[in-house]
Order: sequence, then C-alpha cells, then structure tokens
Amino acid sequence: MTEELAGAIGSGPPGPDVLLEVRGLRTHFHVMDGTVPAVDGVDFRILRGRTLGVVGESGCGKSVTALTIMRLIDTPPGEIVAGEIWFDGRDLLRLSDEEMRKVRGNDIAMIFQEPMTSLNPVFTIGDQIAEAVRLHKRVSQREALNRAIETLSLVGIPLPERRVRQYPHEMSGGMRQRVMIAMALSCDPKLLIADEPTTALDVTIQAQILELIKEIQQRTGTALLLITHDLGVVAETVQDVAVMYAGKVVERGKVDQVLLDPKHPYTEGLLTSIPSHVARGQRLNVIKGTVPNPFRMPTGCRFEPRCPYAFEPCRSFEPPLELPYPASAADAGRLAACWRHVAADRRPGPSATSHVGFAVSQRIGS
Amino acid sequence: MSPEMPADMSGLGANGRGSAVTPGSPASTTAAGRPLVEVRDLVKYYPIMGGILRRHVGDVRAVDGVSFDIAHGEVLGLVGESGCGKTTLGRTILYLQQPTSGQVLVDGQDLGKASAAELRRLRAKIQIIFQDPYGSLNPRMPVLDIIGEGLVAQGVSSAKIRNKQVEDALETVGLRREYSRRYPHEFSGGQRQRIGIARALVLKPDFVVCDEAVSALDVSIQSQILNLLLDLRREFGFAYLFIAHNLSVIEYVSDRVGVMYLGKLVELGDIETLYGDPRHPYTIALLSAIPDADPRVRRKRLVLKGDVPSPAAPPSGCRFHTRCWLREKLGNPERCVVEEPLLAPFAPGHTVACHYADQVSASSAAEAAAAQSAVETAVADVG
Amino acid sequence: MATDGQAAAPVAAAADRGADSDVEVALESLGQWQLAWRRFKRHRLAMAGLAIFLLMIVVAIVGPIVAPYNPLNIPNSKIPGGEPPSLTHLFGTDDVGRDVFTMVINGARISLAIGGFSMLIAGFVGVAVGAISGYAGGIVDNVLMRVVDVLFAIPFLFVILVAARFFGQGQVIPLVLIFGLLSWPLIARLVRAQYLSLREADFVEAARAVGVGNMRITFRHILPNALGPVIVAMTLIMAGNIVLEAFVSFLNFGISPDQISWGNALSNAQPALSLGNWWWAFFPGMAIALTVIAINFVGDGLRDALDPRSHL
Repeated sequence: MTEELAGAIGSGPPGPDVLLEVRGLRTHFHVMDGTVPAVDGVDFRILRGRTLGVVGESGCGKSVTALTIMRLIDTPPGEIVAGEIWFDGRDLLRLSDEEMRKVRGNDIAMIFQEPMTSLNPVFTIGDQIAEAVRLHKRVSQREALNRAIETLSLVGIPLPERRVRQYPHEMSGGMRQRVMIAMALSCDPKLLIADEPTTALDVTIQAQILELIKEIQQRTGTALLLITHDLGVVAETVQDVAVMYAGKVVERGKVDQVLLDPKHPYTEGLLTSIPSHVARGQRLNVIKGTVPNPFRMPTGCRFEPRCPYAFEPCRSFEPPLELPYPASAADAGRLAACWRHVAADRRPGPSATSHVGFAVSQRIGS
Repeated sequence: MSPEMPADMSGLGANGRGSAVTPGSPASTTAAGRPLVEVRDLVKYYPIMGGILRRHVGDVRAVDGVSFDIAHGEVLGLVGESGCGKTTLGRTILYLQQPTSGQVLVDGQDLGKASAAELRRLRAKIQIIFQDPYGSLNPRMPVLDIIGEGLVAQGVSSAKIRNKQVEDALETVGLRREYSRRYPHEFSGGQRQRIGIARALVLKPDFVVCDEAVSALDVSIQSQILNLLLDLRREFGFAYLFIAHNLSVIEYVSDRVGVMYLGKLVELGDIETLYGDPRHPYTIALLSAIPDADPRVRRKRLVLKGDVPSPAAPPSGCRFHTRCWLREKLGNPERCVVEEPLLAPFAPGHTVACHYADQVSASSAAEAAAAQSAVETAVADVG
Repeated sequence: MATDGQAAAPVAAAADRGADSDVEVALESLGQWQLAWRRFKRHRLAMAGLAIFLLMIVVAIVGPIVAPYNPLNIPNSKIPGGEPPSLTHLFGTDDVGRDVFTMVINGARISLAIGGFSMLIAGFVGVAVGAISGYAGGIVDNVLMRVVDVLFAIPFLFVILVAARFFGQGQVIPLVLIFGLLSWPLIARLVRAQYLSLREADFVEAARAVGVGNMRITFRHILPNALGPVIVAMTLIMAGNIVLEAFVSFLNFGISPDQISWGNALSNAQPALSLGNWWWAFFPGMAIALTVIAINFVGDGLRDALDPRSHL
C-alpha cells in the first residue's frame, strides 16, 4: 500500500509510474481583510494514463488547485505558500517561468468551464488551434492547420475542413467545448486538466462531452484530472477520486471505495443529500450549516462544526489523511482524514466515540 | 416539530398526490371544483428586428402553444434544456411577460383580462422564486424592505404589522428575526435563497413558480432548500411549478412532470409514469443522460446527436426529428418531418406528442443505445 | 403563517429546518453606506483627496473671516506691489500690493460654489431626465434623448462663452445656472443606460412579481442602484466646472473683477508672465490644480466604494 500513499515533502521525485504528485500544496490569497487559505494542504497523485476526479463544493479550492498546478495563479494577490508539484519527474514549482511555459499547453493542457470566454472571438478556430500547436512544435502553418483538422475530427466535429475557417460565435456551446478539447489535445499532452468542463452545458450535451472525454482518454492514454462538483460526473467518468473541503483533501481513493463506502462524514453527507438517492416523500439528508468563513477556519477538523459525528479530538486537532482504521482488504490504497477512522490509542486527548450519525439526525430533522 | 405536522412522512403523499388530484388530463379538476392554474395554448414570441430599418424579420418562438393545469397543492415539474422556453413559460404564466396569445386562469380568473391594478392585487396569489440568489435581491435594500415590498404593494400600510409579518416569514424559512435589518451582501447563497423564498411566502400565495430555484446552489445547500420548499408546501398548501434542468431534483419534488423541447410540451405525465414508462424519445434521452453518483450503475447511455436547433427556426413537423434516435431506428419515416405530432393522451394521466409513442419502450431505447455506441466507435475509427 | 393556530409552528420549524443559525459565523451588520465608507477608507489617495477637499471647503467658509488682509482693498500706495512670498505675505503680493494668500482664500468660496452648485444642478436635472426617459420609454424617451444628443453636439465652449457674456453678467448665480444646465446631459445618459440594464435585473422582476408599481420600481429599486456611477460622474463634473470657471474668468467672460475667484485671480495675474513675479499666478493656479486633483481622487475612491460587487 505504501506506494499508493503520497510521499512526504522533501522526499524527492516519486517513482516513474507516477505522472503527477501534489504534496502539501498551499495556495493563499492575500486580500484586504486578511489571508484566504484557498488551498491549504492538498495531496494527491495520478499514475500515468489514469483518471482522477477532484470533487467539492464551490470555494473548496479545487479550481485553485488546478490553476496552481498550471502555475496560473496571479501573484499578488495569490501566493503558493508551500508544497511540491512533481510532474513527470520534475517539481513544477521549481521551474523557471520560461520552462513552465513549455510545460503548459504542451505536457499539461487545460479545459475550462466557460467555452465562450475561453476562445478568442476575432480568430477562426483553425487559427487558434494552429497557434497552440506552433507554440510548442516546430511545424509550418500548413502542418499546424492539418493538425487542427485532425484534432477537430478526433473530437467528433463534422466537416472539420469547413469548421476550421469558422469563428467561435458561429458554434453552439457544445461545439465550442469540443473545440476547446481539440485545442487541448492538439499537442498530445501527458495530462489533461478539465475544470468543470460540462457545468455550463445542458444534460444531453453534457452526456456527449463526457462520453467524448472518456473515449479520448482511453484512446490516447493521456492522464486526466477532472474537477467537478457533480458526484454523478465523477462516478461515470474517472477511476480515482479526491474529495476536497475547505482547502483540504479530506478523502481519497478509487471511485468505488469512496462513493460506495464513504469514510469521511462530508463525503457521506454529499452523497446522501443528492435527491436521486432518496425516495420521494422522505426528507433529504442535509449537511447543516455552511462552509466555514475562510478568515476564521476552525482550529481542528474543518468539517467539525457541521459534522454529525464530531467528538472530543475533532474540535482541537486536525485529523491526518491516512488509511482508515480498521482497514479491510477492500480499503487498500484509500485515505481519509477523520478521527473516527484513527485507532483510538492514536487519537489525541481522552478517547470517546459519538453515536449520533446522519440517520439519527435525520429522524430528529423530520 | 409543529403540532400540525404529521409524525411521519405519509402525510405528504396524502396532501400532495391524493385521490383528489387527477393528474394529466387537461380537464382535471379538484374536489373543490376547477384547477388552481389553467394554462391554455400559451404562446410567447419575441420579435427579431433586422436590417437598417429595424423591421420585423422573424420570431424567437420561446413558448409555442403550451397547455396544462395545476391543481391546488400540486407540484408540476417542468424540465428541458436551456433555450427550450421553460423560464419564459414561468414568467409568462405570471404575466411578468405579456403572452403573445393564449390564456392563463388562476382560480378561474383570466389574468389577461385583469386591469393593471387587479393584476397587481392578484400577484399576491402567484409568486416566483428566482434562480440567482445574488441577482434577485436588491443590494441596496435591507431584508426588511426586500420582503416587505410585497406587503406594501398589497396595501399593508402599518409598518408594525409589516415588520411582524416579515420577521415571521424569516423565521418560517429558518432565518433569525434580527436578520431583517441586514443587507443581502451579508448572507451566503443558501441564506439569500431563503430570503427570496420568504419574499414569496409572506404574501401567502396559492401558487409559486420556482424558476431553477436550487440550480445555483451547492449540493449540500440544495438539499436544505428542497426540504424547506417541501415543508412549506405541506404547511401552507402551495402549488408549485417547479422549473429545473436537473432531472433528479424534479423527480424528487414533483407530482407530475412536463418535458419541454423547443417551446413545446412533448410529454406530460405523473411522476411514476414519466420516469418509469417514458414514451417520448426525447424524455428517454434526457433520463439516460443523468450522471448517476452510484458507480455500480453503469448503463449504456443514449447520447443524442447534435445540438438543440434555434427556436427562431424550429424544424418542421416534429421539432425533435433532427435529433431523434427513434426516427432513425424506424428508418426515418417522412411523417415526422411533415406532420407535427400533437400532445395526445397515451394512457390515463399521460400525454405524449410523438407519432410513434407506442413503439417506444425501455428495451427499444437500450437497443438504440447499444446500436449507437457501435456506430459511434465505427465513426470514430474512420475519423 | 401569521394565523393564530400556527403561531407556534414557525419556531419549531425554524429549529428543525436547521438553517445556519447554529454554526453561523457572526456577521457584522453594516449598512450600505457604512460599508462604502469602509471601502473608501482603504483607498489612500481618495482619503488624501478627501482631506484636501474638506480643507478647501473649510477655507471657503471661514477663510475670508480669518484672512489677514482685505482682498480687494488696494493698500496704501506707499507700499510697493509685487513682493515675493515672505512671512508677512505668505504667497507674496500682486503688482498693486494686494495679498495673494488672501486672494486664494477668498477665491475658494466662489470657485467651489460654482463647481459644487453647478454639479448639484447637473445631477438633479440629469437624474430626473434620465429616470423619466428610462421609466416612460417610447416617445418621451426618444425626445429626451434627442435633446441630449443635440446638447452633446453643440460646441460647448462657444455656448458657454456666449451665455456667460450675455446672461452671466459677472455674477455667481447666473454662472452656476449656465454651467449646471449645460453639464446635465452626461448624467442623464448615464442614468438612462443604468436604467436599461437594471430594468432586466432579477430583483426588479421580483419587485414586479410582488405587485410593486412602475413608479416605485423606478425610484426605489432602480435609482438607488444607479446612483454609484452617477455620484462618480458628478465629482468629475464638479472638477471640470471648477476648471471651466477659471478658464472663462481668465478670458474675462466670467466673474466680474470686483469679486475674487481663482479664475479671476489668475486672470489678474496675466502681467506676471512679463513681470516675472511667478507667485502671483502660481498660487491661484496651484489652488485650482490641487482641488481638481483632490476631487478626482475622491471620485476614484467612490467608484470602488460604491460598487456593490467589489469586495470588503
């Protein structure tokens, strides 16, 4: 199991099968009223050719994590305070700006949520894809355009020879998102980061795009980091998942492990508050309260104020992200940051277990 | 727990989907007489002006002949993709937008025939909850005034009575009474949505349009607001027109569901029928597209091809024929292109607008999905 | 829910709906204006501008009372004019021995009055016209906006000079009216544009949905939200009109020579160019420049402070 756990900070590059490993990442924003710890201790890894979903609600830091990996954080107000981002054997945080530019778009490509604003309205899409190609590859304009046509047909755009001469406004939202994906794929990236790629799209178009992303991932073997708030999208699209809450990864593992048998109360709360999982007429489960104020983060576990299971150590001590205890064979490789899943003798303070859970609070709630 | 609330949840079913309601048929009436809301052949076109002379060159047919009823205390869900006209429909029913033609009757009173003053008075009965918890509250007004505006407009002139009612409403939606003096920017998205709900319920309406009321919220907040909306319905007997694009949410809250495509209602039925035995190919595709958070559910998705056509130039005949998988499976019959299918009764409480509704079944959809994936792989390989 | 039978329900309901009360972070309750002030205070240049501006106003009000000399009296002819700045005459004296410091102090009154009051007139007329135009729409809107177009199209300076000569008569009040009545179209256009975008806002739709009438929507829902940009534009108009007064007076079309404004003081100082006693023109000019810059900084700060979207 140990090879599945993220290495400690300063322990050098991870093994060759690891494409991306994020260790202890902290990205803070210095604003007028103080410091917002948007990303405050994020660890995860993606093996070559695998797919990882990062889920969490708005403000949990998932998008900032992606932007930090791309080193697209504006400084100031942002600051990457600590951590390591090992990509393909190199720590991205130690690269020069020039080196990082070569990585961006070439080795790591990104798709954004809003396909409308991500494309430049005054250039044809062919020109835009060709430009992306020529930024990284020494090819002629002619070859670059051919590459654009090739990738457009790869993402299922009919008549790509005609489409390359069109402008973004001539296309629908779903088409534009396909163009974005084509552009991202044009340089054969090793890692594709998709930040809420289907949130702005309709259900039927979302289905098209998700199928496309999955299919392309399988065909090209690129690794995928999918950022979303939708557990359904995660369940259907990726192999591994990391759940983020208030700037931290609170649970990680294979999709089946995390979504079928959540160990962290937040994951459990998210899953049980989805309407499709509750019979009609029953009350939906609710995670009480709201996310913590970023200026006044709880001292212990950040989920403690909203957690139905919270007990003694949760208020004052941050739980470590580790293999949940007791672990069965099915738990291999998964991690959770919850004191309930730490052996009693390793918990700080007097040990006690709460017996109040979601099921009980639900009954009280009705 | 309030004494009025039944100890178990069965009360909800009795109130909501009881025998008093005969869903589906346009002539459905309640025991008390006629339905609460009757929508008759409602049409809303937006003119497109073009050329230098700004002449009328066409119309965006946002809503194009929609009819349905909503009974007292009933929740009618309305689904469809963006641009299908569901939001326009909600606004037009409330006469926030003047319909191009058609009728809306509330408690038998024709909103189109009401004078401006009468309409303003009637607005107390018909309310709306908006999608955007940020844009829908006036940022320069304290909560007291935001919620109290309706009371002022409805002639509650005593500030003291108003304040009391506003604070009661705040408490009902789960906020503190003291919040009435605060401004919208001091609240989170979920709290703002509660304020928007309080603004509607303070007028004691009979009918509330929820226009994507939970779509902008995070899952954990969404469930809080859904619970609140259903609680309010139980307490005050509201009827809702629940507009959403999220089919799981619609399934959870609705008694009946209408599916819209390009300005038309293509299928209408009660919840079990529509989710259990859908008959319109579009409904089936929509249902198939919902991503499920349960990784064990690995069904074959039925993916629709292409995009939604523009409502300014809808396809001839059946508006769905350009994307219809069933038509393809049936060998592209000409009828779909030429003849527009009408929303016709298919079974009791179930109306469908498809010429071939009887050929649709879960198995045919599954076959189509399988066939489609085979074709797609072939196409992709060629590409 | 106000019926007696259900009086107990809301309390229980609120508890079980479990809103955010139990874990909610204490929010400071600040009004809109308090919040704007808080944001404004963070803007250092704006705060400096405000300080200078307030100082100018104080000078304008109490200055003439405490000024060391009479600004207009030409002193005993035995005292030579054109003295450079000294302890007795901080800003020096003009060619006939009048104290320039006293002139600057006295000039503040008329210059600020013309800038300030013309701004208020422009604001009042502009907001009224813009709001009526937006509220009424149709023909009224069309007519009013064509008037605005015409006012924008005419050569502004020429009209000002002609109007100042024929109606101004060197007096303050006519000049205030002329300046004010010529600078409102900017505000009117701004208000109307704001109206058109805010008319589509959800909160306006929400107000209509609860039965609020058009009049109240215009003045209670739309106007307060349109005021931020209007206030900013008004500061620019005030600054512009202070400069304009100086310009018009410099050309001897403005304030009559028996009154003191900064423009007048500058106009009087025209011989300084040839005489070389720079202080005569420098200090009134500095007063104008400093005030205008200060007002512009204040406008900048207000722009940020009044935007409800900007962060705390």
